[in-house]
Amino acid sequence: MVLQFTDRGIYCPAGDFHIDPWKPVPRALITHGHADHARPGHGAYLATRTAAPVIRHRLGDIPLDTITYGEARRIGDAQVSFHPAGHVPGSAQIRVEIGGEIWVASGDYKTVDDGLSEPFEPVRCHAFITESTFGLPIYNWPDQAVLAADINGWWAENAAAGRTSVLGVYSLGKAQRVLRLLDPSLGPILTHGAVEATNRVIRGQGLALPDTIQVTPDLDAKAHSGAMVLAPPSALGSAWMRRFGAVSTGFASGWMRLRGVRRRRAADRGFVISDHADWDGLNSAIRATGADRIFVTHGYTAQFSRWLTTQGYDAGIVETDYGGETLDEVTEDDPA
Amino acid sequence: MNRFAALFTALDQTTKTSVKTAALAAYFRDAPDDDKLWTIALLSGRRPRRTVTTTKLREWAAEVAGIPLWLFEECYPVVGDLSETIALVLPPATRQSAHSLSHWITSLRALDKAEDAEKKAAILSAWDQLPPTERFVFNKLITGGWRMGVSQKLMTRALSQATGIDEPDLTHRLMGDWSPETTSFHTLVERPDPDASLSRPYPFYLAYQIDGAPEDLGPVTDWLAERKWDGIRGQFILREGQHFLWSRGEDLMTDRFPELAQLADFLPDGTVLDAEVLAFANEKPLSFARLQPRIGRKTVPKKLLAEAPVILMAYDLLEWEGTDIRARPLSERRALLEGLIAGLPGRVPLRLSEAVPASSWPDLTAARAASREIGAEGLMLKRLSAPYLAGRKKGDWWKWKVDPLTIDAVMIYAQAGSGRRATLYTDFTFAVWKGETLVPFAKAYSGLTDAEFREITNWVRKNTKERFGPVRSVAPEHVFEIAFEGIQASPRHKSGVALRFPRMLRWRRDKPAKEANTFEDLQQMLAQYG
Repeated sequence: MVLQFTDRGIYCPAGDFHIDPWKPVPRALITHGHADHARPGHGAYLATRTAAPVIRHRLGDIPLDTITYGEARRIGDAQVSFHPAGHVPGSAQIRVEIGGEIWVASGDYKTVDDGLSEPFEPVRCHAFITESTFGLPIYNWPDQAVLAADINGWWAENAAAGRTSVLGVYSLGKAQRVLRLLDPSLGPILTHGAVEATNRVIRGQGLALPDTIQVTPDLDAKAHSGAMVLAPPSALGSAWMRRFGAVSTGFASGWMRLRGVRRRRAADRGFVISDHADWDGLNSAIRATGADRIFVTHGYTAQFSRWLTTQGYDAGIVETDYGGETLDEVTEDDPA
Repeated sequence: MNRFAALFTALDQTTKTSVKTAALAAYFRDAPDDDKLWTIALLSGRRPRRTVTTTKLREWAAEVAGIPLWLFEECYPVVGDLSETIALVLPPATRQSAHSLSHWITSLRALDKAEDAEKKAAILSAWDQLPPTERFVFNKLITGGWRMGVSQKLMTRALSQATGIDEPDLTHRLMGDWSPETTSFHTLVERPDPDASLSRPYPFYLAYQIDGAPEDLGPVTDWLAERKWDGIRGQFILREGQHFLWSRGEDLMTDRFPELAQLADFLPDGTVLDAEVLAFANEKPLSFARLQPRIGRKTVPKKLLAEAPVILMAYDLLEWEGTDIRARPLSERRALLEGLIAGLPGRVPLRLSEAVPASSWPDLTAARAASREIGAEGLMLKRLSAPYLAGRKKGDWWKWKVDPLTIDAVMIYAQAGSGRRATLYTDFTFAVWKGETLVPFAKAYSGLTDAEFREITNWVRKNTKERFGPVRSVAPEHVFEIAFEGIQASPRHKSGVALRFPRMLRWRRDKPAKEANTFEDLQQMLAQYG
C-alpha cells in the first residue's frame, strides 16, 4: 500500500510521513489550513507556499517547510507533489508515487473555480482518497454568478429599507470568496475581527480583496447604514450583533440547499455556497482521476461508496477525524 | 405558477408575521381570482385530491435523475420531505412555462382516471418546464401535506387587508364546506350567497392559558367558571330542520355522532351551540380514551355506540331563533341557553355545562384542584359581560388547566424528526425501572429547545448502541421529566398504560438514570388517575 489508514491519520510507510494527521506525528504533510486538517503538535510540517501564511496564522511558530504546486519532492522512497484542490487559497491534493503506483489524497476540494483559490486540477492516479461531505444527489450548487446576484440583491434591498445585512460566513475561505462576489458600490463592508484577521493574511500574500472596515468597540456601527457585515456564523444572533440596529441575517453554506436546515438556522436568508464539491463535482473529479480504487472519507460515506461501487469502482469507506456529520454542529472547525 | 412560487419563497424566507401578512396581502391584490381561491383553499387545508401515488413519483424522479431508487430513498430522510427531495435531485428544466397555479391544479386533477403512462408523461413534462421552487410547489400540490408557515388567521388578516372586508366577517365566510371546484372567489369572498350558508359555522372563540394569578382578573363575580371538559370541542348547528356538527378544525363530524340527530326534535330551528362532545354514561363523563375510537370513524358500529355513548355538553349559545347573538353579553346568552335546556327529558343527549359556584377566588382554586377526580382538565373562566369573539383572544376567556402529571424517565430510543427537524434526533422513547430492566412506556418529541435538541442529537450519534431502521437504541443515561395530561390502562402497550399528550418538561441533568421513577410509580398513578 502506498498509503495506509491509521488511528493518527493517512500514513505513507515508504516516506514515513502522515497526511493531515489528527494526532501528533514526526512529519505531517498538510493539504490546507482548516483546523480539522492542520493541527498543532507535529514535529515537521510541509504545505504549499500559498497555504503557509494561514497555517502559520493559526498554529503560530511551527517548523513549516513549503512547496510549490507541481514541484516534485522525494521523501524517503516516496515521490511527492502537491496539486490545486480548489477548496481555499493554497489548498492541495497530495500525490504520492512509489514504484510507478500513484495515490492521491485530496483533502477537501471543489471543482468550481471560485475566483480566489487556485482552480482544481485533476490528477491521474490508481487510487484516490475523496471526501463526501455533500455526496448525495440532492446537493448541486447554483452558478456562482447567480449567487453573486442573489447576495447583492439581498444587500441592496436591505440597504434601501434601512437595514444592515449580516452574513454568516466561515472566516477562512468562504469569507474571502464572498468578499470577491460583493458589489462594493452598494455600501460599506464591515467585518468581524475573526474574519478580518484572515483577510489580513490573505491580502498579505497578494490576493486582492475589496476594502473592509473592522468592527471594533469604538466603531459607530449605526454611522454605516446599509452596510454588509461579514461575521462567523456563531456571531449571528449574539449580543455582538445588537450594535447594528435593524438587521437582516443571512447564512452562506452548502447546507442551505435544504429547506429544513435553512428554516432551523432562523436566518432570514440562506445562500447555497460551499467550498466543497457538489454531487456532480465529486463524480466528475473521480472520473477524471482514472482511478479504480476509491477511498471515501468524511461525509455521506456509506451512501457515496455504495454508489461508486455500482458505478464499477472498487470503493471503500475510511474512518477519519475530519469534519464528519457536521450538519448541526457546524463550527469554525468544520467549514462547509 | 411563478407568482405563487414567489409568494411561497417570500413566506418561507421570513419568520416575521408582519412581513408574511404584507406578502400575502400583495398577492391577494394582484393574483387572478382562480389562483386566489386555490391559495385560500390550500392555506386552509383544502387540498386537491391525490391523483398520482408517491411510489410512482419516487420511481420517476430517480429515473429522470439517473440514480438508482435506493439512492433516492437514502436522500429522502436527509431532506425530510418528499416533494423537496424530488425537486433537488432532478436535473435543471430545459423549457419554461408561464402557467398559473390553477392551471397546474386543473391539469393534475385531469389525471385522475389516466393510465400510468399518461400520468408519467404529464408529470415528467411538468418537471421539465418548472424552475426549482415551482417544482417543489408542484410536487406539494400532488402529495398534499402543505405547510407554509401561515395560519388561517394570518391568511384571513391578509385577505382582509386586500379586500377591505372585516376580518371576523371574512373568517365566517371562509368556514364550512366549500371547495374551489364548487365556488368562485367572487361568490365565496366578495358576495357570499346566503343560501349556501345553511351549514356554515361561526368561528370558534379560543382561550389562552391564564398567565398570572386569577385574583388579578378582578372580582370573582364578574366571571363565569365552568369545568374544562376533556372531549371534542364542537359547534352544533340546527337550521331549517337540518343539523350539522363542526369540529374546531372545521371538520364536519355530523355523521360520526348519529345519536345527536335527535336534538333536532327538541331544539328550536335557528339554534347554534358551542359545546363539548363527551363520552358520557350514568350522568358522568367518561375518559377521553373512551371517545377516541369514535373520532376516526365515519360510520359507527352499534357496539361502539353502546360502549361510548356521547352527549353535547353545552357551553354557549351563538344563534337563537335564527339570529346571531354573539355580540350580546355572556350573561344574556347563558340565560337563553339555560332556558333552552331546562326541562328537556334526561334521555336527550344534551347537558348544560354547569357554572362552578364560587364566592371567592379560593373557592375556585379548590374546585380546580378537584378537576382530575371528576374527569375535567381544569376550569374555564369567562367574563360575564363579554361577547363571543372569533379566534384566540386574550382578556375575556381564560383556560385554567390543572398542572400536568409528571414522571422522571430514562431515554432509551431515539429517532430523527421529519421536515425541518430531519437532521435532528427529536423523537424519543422513555422507560421506567422495573427491577433492573427498563420498561418503555411513552414517546415524546416536544418540549426541548432547538439548542437542547442539537446537544442531545450529538450525544445520540456518539452513544448509539444498535440501529433498527431509523431508530437507534442509546445508552440509558439521560433522565427527562415527562409531563402528561392523563393516564389510561392500555392492553396494546407493553407497559400496560397509555399517556395523554406526553412531552418533555425538563432535561434532568441533575438526575442519574438509576434515580428515575419506577414501574410501580406508574402503576400507582394509573390506580389514582386512570
